[in-house]
Amino acid sequence: MQLKQMRLEPRIRVPFVLVILAPVVSIVASFVLCAGLVAWSGASIFEAYGLLLKGALGSGFALSETFARATPLIFTGLAAAVAFKSRFWNIGAEGQLYAGALIITVLGTGMLDLHPGLIIPILVITSAVAGALMLLGPVLLKIHFGVDEVVTTLLLNFIVLLLVSLLLEGPLKDPMGLGWPQAEPVTEAAELPRLFQGLRLHAGLLLALLFSFIMWIVSIRTTLGYEMRAVGFNQKAARFAGMPVKRVMIITALISGGIAGIAGFSEVAGMKGNLTLDLSPGFGYTGIVVAMLAQLHPLGVIISASFVASIFVGADAMSRSAGVPSYIADVMVSVSLLCMLVSVLLVRFRIRWG
Amino acid sequence: MNVVKRSEIDISEKKPASEVVLRLRGITKVFGSLVANNDISLELKSGEVLALLGENGAGKTTLMNILFGHYIADSGSIEVFGRPIQQGSPHAAIELGIGMVHQHFTLADNLSVLDNVMLGTEPLWWFSSNRRAGRLKLEQLGERFGLRVKPNARVAELSIGERQRVEILKALYRNAQILILDEPTAVLTPQETDTFFETLKKLVSGGLSLIFISHKMQEVLAISDRVAVLNEGRLVSELKTADASETELAQSMIGRSIELPERKTLKAGKPILKLKSITVMPEDGRSALSSVSLDICAREIVGIAGVSGNGQSTIADLITGLVEPRSGTLELHGEVVNNFSPRNMLQKKVGRIPEDRHSQGLIGDMTLAENSISECYQDPQFSSYGWQNKLNCQSFAENIVSKFDVRGYSPNSPVRLLSGGNMQKLILGRVLSGNPQLILANQPGRGLDVGAAAYVHEQLLAARENGAAILLISEDLEELLQIADRIAVIHRGRLSESYPRESISISQLGLLMTGQQKKSITNNHAIEADAS
Repeated sequence: MQLKQMRLEPRIRVPFVLVILAPVVSIVASFVLCAGLVAWSGASIFEAYGLLLKGALGSGFALSETFARATPLIFTGLAAAVAFKSRFWNIGAEGQLYAGALIITVLGTGMLDLHPGLIIPILVITSAVAGALMLLGPVLLKIHFGVDEVVTTLLLNFIVLLLVSLLLEGPLKDPMGLGWPQAEPVTEAAELPRLFQGLRLHAGLLLALLFSFIMWIVSIRTTLGYEMRAVGFNQKAARFAGMPVKRVMIITALISGGIAGIAGFSEVAGMKGNLTLDLSPGFGYTGIVVAMLAQLHPLGVIISASFVASIFVGADAMSRSAGVPSYIADVMVSVSLLCMLVSVLLVRFRIRWG
Repeated sequence: MNVVKRSEIDISEKKPASEVVLRLRGITKVFGSLVANNDISLELKSGEVLALLGENGAGKTTLMNILFGHYIADSGSIEVFGRPIQQGSPHAAIELGIGMVHQHFTLADNLSVLDNVMLGTEPLWWFSSNRRAGRLKLEQLGERFGLRVKPNARVAELSIGERQRVEILKALYRNAQILILDEPTAVLTPQETDTFFETLKKLVSGGLSLIFISHKMQEVLAISDRVAVLNEGRLVSELKTADASETELAQSMIGRSIELPERKTLKAGKPILKLKSITVMPEDGRSALSSVSLDICAREIVGIAGVSGNGQSTIADLITGLVEPRSGTLELHGEVVNNFSPRNMLQKKVGRIPEDRHSQGLIGDMTLAENSISECYQDPQFSSYGWQNKLNCQSFAENIVSKFDVRGYSPNSPVRLLSGGNMQKLILGRVLSGNPQLILANQPGRGLDVGAAAYVHEQLLAARENGAAILLISEDLEELLQIADRIAVIHRGRLSESYPRESISISQLGLLMTGQQKKSITNNHAIEADAS
């Protein structure tokens, strides 16, 4: 008997419909695949998913919570997307986020006493600078000594987190904090305004949308974006064509780190009010998933961050009402990423049998 | 071409035409919109050398990959010794006695010859391998077919010719009865080719049947009993070599007549590029250069011949600006260049046609338009205050596309969709639109069909007429002799002096390529005078 074999053949032209369909299908597939787990935990599948959707999108409050959760994910997802597009593997958005949060805790809790219209731009810039500086070392080490940036950026996460922990137990500890390891809250002038009365959604979202849009324009309309794409697609050819590859990589790294740093500012000044050790439940790492789901597209990041956020927020609601563990959210996001990777493959290739 | 005369190696008279060992029926293979093989039927008889002739891209390699099980044909069947073969499995092909020597060797450099030969022939769950028996068999095979190799030598230490011998032994070790040789002479010097043909002769008299894939006419005429010509995926003719003529084969191979580019005699102008005893250390997998000197003048094409890996790509990298010399100087227009960077070289009006279009010349995922400006994207017409001028970029690309006849796709299509010839035209357009005074053309005709290669040569000759100095690096001696004014040969990082094209033959170039001195090989007085 002749065994049928599966082969992948590259598509000559990729239909646009498939590009749009791929993420939708992978999201649906992740719901289907996780249905078994939901059923296993004893809940009705449709009821549980209904609760999830309602918890994520069903009310003004739910939407506010979802987009408030999406805000840092847009920043970190964008940071990863920008870097990955140039083949710079920044795994350190978590650390850069904390670095941004740390610097505005130093500056924004009373050191600078300025008008909100002045202090907020200053804090945005300083948090970006802090995040960018976090990547300067890794990118220089990579360029000059070939040190793998995956290792350096990843390890810097722990260094920063431990530094924050040290400072929160020491010099930055809030004297009014009843002994909890938390910093003083930022001043009222430094706070990002709420978008709606009584809801947690804050102006950080607008900032995130603005940066996504800016990065999109930079990518397709500017000379820098052209260089960044060229270096990402084919570094050897970019070098051959006389592009300043090293400079482009440094600039890319600084932009990426800067955007992740602003996530820290947005979370402290918009969401939590002060720096704590649980400021980020892994936003930096989830940002990588967000970027991959968006296929590294700056505007796609907005959509994929909203999706991931709605799963997390919805799963919280689901676990409260239906008793399904909220860890199902992690499984769903991971499964949807795997489905996405497969569907990206299927968009670029066609399967042939025999 | 300096190859063995057919009469010396012809064995077909000694053996009566005998049984068919391999039969291909109606093989068709389609890749996307490209029909690589279109209903091909072929037979190979026992003890026969069948040459498969065709241009690059005619479908020779695809057909052989189907035969050897790398691909599965969309339709058609294969019989070996009368038994149908299971397609898509190299293992099954080997079992039935088919051996393949790939164009690019598939040897592990860090293993010994014996290890390479035995690799994969023994079950993995045995505790020890039977090396003694393996060595014995290898030595016997070497004895029988005159393929002497040292079983313990590491492959990395072997010459190209020796590596090829190991590849053949690998197939023989697996009891191959049918041997497919994919462009086996591409990496050999003319002299090595002669030795190689002696080996083929021994293989045939030892009972093997051979399929010899080539696009070199003379070699095909010299070694084969029968010729099958492929053109654009079709089998266009099949005839006895004895009945074939070179012109006839060329016609059916190309399917149209190609005129050789016209070459005017020009007087060389003042020197544009001067290399003065340049030495480059071997680094990053680059081969070294030792004390290389060369002048190229305006209105002149200087060719560098050599077997690949002898330092020619380092010369290319030097002129591209990717490598800095350890010692020696490089002068452009009489000025010493101190800043070795691609950017600086471009600013000094050096145009570069790279060896590898895919990895170096173009960015496959970017569009034709974006690729067309990749060397001048910082010019004010394409970039102002950091913004890219898409309209100018578009019209620049359209200009190149129409002027250099880049076919098939719009300026907004990704470059990876282009065929090799069209990619080369795009690069050529990009290079020539910068009005370069020095052009580095590194293997410009490699992998192109005859028509596209002729076009590239024509454009280079036109640039020469317009006053450019051109450095042509090539492994194709015919290409060099066709368009170069002077030819130098590189061997182990040393560049010979250059010889006018009229005064040197392919066989002399071949000897220089193996490192022999010009004086000792020539008896041509004109060259003696020139070389001094």
